[in-house]
Amino acid sequence: MTVFIIRRLMQSLAVVLVMSFIVFGGVNIVGDPVEMMVSDEATQEEREKVIRSMGLDKPWYVQYGRFVAGALEGNLGKSFVYGEPALEIIIHRIPATFELALAALLLAIVIGIPLGVYAGLKPDTVASKSIMAGSILGFSLPTFWVGLMFIMVFAVILGWLPSTGRGDTVPLLGIDVSFLTLDGLAHLFLPALNLALFKISLVIRLARAGTREVVHQDYIKFARAKGLTNSRVVLVHLMKNIMIPVVTVLGLEFGGLIAFSVVTESVFAWPGMGKLIIDSIQSLDRPVIVAYLMIIVLIFVIINLVVDVLYSILDPRVRLSEMKS
Amino acid sequence: MSETAAPPAVPAPADAGKVETPFHRFCRDFAESRVATAALAVLAAIILLALFAPWVAPTDPYDLASVSILDSKLKPGSQSMDGLTYWLGTDGAGRDLVSAIIYGLRISLGVGVMSGVFALCIGTAVGLAAAYFGGRIDTFIMRVVDIQLSFPAILIALILLAILGKGVDKITIALVIAQWAYYARTVRASALVERNKEYIEAAQCLALGHNRIVFRHLFPNCLPPLIVVGTIQTAHAISLEATLSFLGVGLPISEPSLGLLISNGFDFMLSGLYWISFFPGVALLVTIVSINLVGDQLRDVLNPRLQK
Amino acid sequence: MTDGAPTLQVDNLETHFFTKDGVAKAVDGVSFTVNRGEIMGLVGESGSGKSVTGFSILGLVDPPGRVVGGRVLFQGTDLLTLDPEGLRQLRGNRIAMIFQDPMMTLNPVLRVDTQMIETVRAHDSSVSADDARARARDALGQVGIPSPDERLKAYPHQFSGGMRQRVAIAIALLNKPDLIIADEPTTALDVTIQGQILYEAQKLCRETGTALIWITHDLAVIAGLADQISVMYAGRIVEQGMLDEVLDRPAHPYTQGLLGSVPGHNTRGKRLYQIPGMTPSLLNLPKGCAFKERCPHVDLACEAAPEITHPLPGRAVRCVHPQLNAGGRAS
Repeated sequence: MTVFIIRRLMQSLAVVLVMSFIVFGGVNIVGDPVEMMVSDEATQEEREKVIRSMGLDKPWYVQYGRFVAGALEGNLGKSFVYGEPALEIIIHRIPATFELALAALLLAIVIGIPLGVYAGLKPDTVASKSIMAGSILGFSLPTFWVGLMFIMVFAVILGWLPSTGRGDTVPLLGIDVSFLTLDGLAHLFLPALNLALFKISLVIRLARAGTREVVHQDYIKFARAKGLTNSRVVLVHLMKNIMIPVVTVLGLEFGGLIAFSVVTESVFAWPGMGKLIIDSIQSLDRPVIVAYLMIIVLIFVIINLVVDVLYSILDPRVRLSEMKS
Repeated sequence: MSETAAPPAVPAPADAGKVETPFHRFCRDFAESRVATAALAVLAAIILLALFAPWVAPTDPYDLASVSILDSKLKPGSQSMDGLTYWLGTDGAGRDLVSAIIYGLRISLGVGVMSGVFALCIGTAVGLAAAYFGGRIDTFIMRVVDIQLSFPAILIALILLAILGKGVDKITIALVIAQWAYYARTVRASALVERNKEYIEAAQCLALGHNRIVFRHLFPNCLPPLIVVGTIQTAHAISLEATLSFLGVGLPISEPSLGLLISNGFDFMLSGLYWISFFPGVALLVTIVSINLVGDQLRDVLNPRLQK
Repeated sequence: MTDGAPTLQVDNLETHFFTKDGVAKAVDGVSFTVNRGEIMGLVGESGSGKSVTGFSILGLVDPPGRVVGGRVLFQGTDLLTLDPEGLRQLRGNRIAMIFQDPMMTLNPVLRVDTQMIETVRAHDSSVSADDARARARDALGQVGIPSPDERLKAYPHQFSGGMRQRVAIAIALLNKPDLIIADEPTTALDVTIQGQILYEAQKLCRETGTALIWITHDLAVIAGLADQISVMYAGRIVEQGMLDEVLDRPAHPYTQGLLGSVPGHNTRGKRLYQIPGMTPSLLNLPKGCAFKERCPHVDLACEAAPEITHPLPGRAVRCVHPQLNAGGRAS
């Protein structure tokens, strides 16, 4: 098990290193930030001072070396726009994004699994067919447009829920969260549902396919022959088996949620790192872009690692074979 | 011939000697699903609309002479100053939404299909190379593909657009880079299966050139899954382009795709002018859903494992 | 328990499968009685409806199958009219079932103790988890699993096939049932393990008075085990009687054929008998006697569906030409 984790860790490190190179190299081609920092009337001397202060006069490999050295110390440069350390700005925005993504994940599980299991247990009912048709639609609907429609229906026409911002937050373990206040929850619901829509469809499909497969297994029939109640057969014997693929995929999709939060955060003006990156791209705020991409890469690598470990805990068969190897 | 059950009551002499080709069987299998057939019809109509936009659209929404600011923000079904009916209303600049949507479809479909074709070509070439040459080349290519696929396409496109900036060419490049890996993986998987069959070995024994073996023997057998993935990925590309344009990092204002139309309407929606965002979104949705339905049916028809 | 009533009495049971291609009468008018402590062998080829009979008794027939007629009296109560909850309380408690493939019967993601304890607690929630565990441990010991305490914490994939079947049998025994339905439980096992399990099953019935229905296609298994035997063919029972009598004087041509195809000590060097033809499809049964196309004694009388007759005392035969003079081995 330990060997397995160490090997995965090495792989992850390699990916992070390669990505740091690509990200830095790529973003270095972005338009000239000096133009934005310096007013048109500035003298050549003033321009060069700015260039020097930002280290832009050095060759790219020196810049890259400084970048890696800085990154290891947690220093990814100062934002051109905010004048604060880029990493700090992003870390400050991470809780909002994670809260949104986790809420969406929760919704995907809470809504998707019961619907998918139902559609798998009773595939021929009208309700099941509607669920499946809905899931096809959920795959096809563009997230941003659904977000707009949510705002139109629930905020503009019905006026039930707010359409922008995080609402009231309270600190939890030193991090501001929305879900503990009523106002915050009201602000969280629409964006989370919007972000979850695609994943709900995915979970429905996975849960249905899993159910259809597992329900015909002998061990389910044996469980019924043992006289277990229907709820125990479904909730324990069936669910534990279908949860393995669902959790794996959902874990991997958590990164996708964070990536797609770019869209949802822009629609609902949710102050997370997704909205920040869009703003930064438009203002060519290079350190923030680089810091964002490095953090995203890190998040993805960690997610993949955690999913692998979780998977082996959930499925005893995998655990055994991994221990042998 | 007699095995292909033609109705015996109609022994049309013209049909004599006609054998059901694979293409005919494919068409018949496809038509078995009425939903998919309807989706195909809708898709065909959308493509025609997009192709012939200048002739089909009631007005030219980007001809400044014919657009009047006095007609702006009219409700669906309103009459213009000169008696024209705006069935879907007008936007903030007084453009007819029907026309704007038809022109928008043209751009959205164009970008989606173009990036799909390029990604397909690149992905196919890389996938075939990986499968055919195997060994280190295969390992290296697939490692790159795996790493890329562990990041969502939207994120990769976003990174690239951050680097490249806005524009039709730039978003096409971004979409191609974000999607080639899907094609490469698909092609490699089916080419690997084919590669291990005896006829490839026979072709190698005949000392046929790499190109000939790969393109005349390997490639045709990878086509069915490629067509399916291509359809679904094109829908994905259209959706992705709309999303990126909506975010303001995709197409410039001068190329008003459906995503940009929706984005333009966003500001008006909060004041209750829903139609400016709503109808372009419906057009986008119908396009994507019909492509996906066609793709689903293609998958069922082309999947050899499902064939009876 | 109603005294005097047999443990299980099945009357005219009918289970049909409503498929796209028509109605398959998997079980078509099956009747038999099993008394306390008795072992009945239910014999037939694959597709003869013997497993479906077992599932019908427990109410575990999956769609498109459905029990459409008959009575299943368990200690005097008709299980077919019982509400789902009543049936559930009987299952795994008074009536237990053992399945054919031990590799598939245990849930791969739950520990053995979980799967055993839940069986106890499903029927008596007042039993504490510790007591249930103690019972599970005793049951594992009873079926000859070494170091049961340790094995309880294991997952199914850590057991061999024979051990898994023992676990499944232990689960069936947990609540000391009055009836066990065993659906080819030894088919997937080695011959030596098969022998041990047969021996233990027989011992159990003699000691505890549990009735046992042993479903199999293998007459050799039944020969050393059962008290009475029912032979099924195409959804119907074609012959029924006490085991020794049926083996010695099989009256139905099908039973004769089955016996003839079992290799025995006095058949060395001889060509084994083979029943000609194939099992007919349940969707397309021949008119009249279902066996007529494979039967050496077929004539015009076989065009009418044969009724059950009693050509010998204690024997039921569904044939218009019962073979009363034949010996135990087909001539």
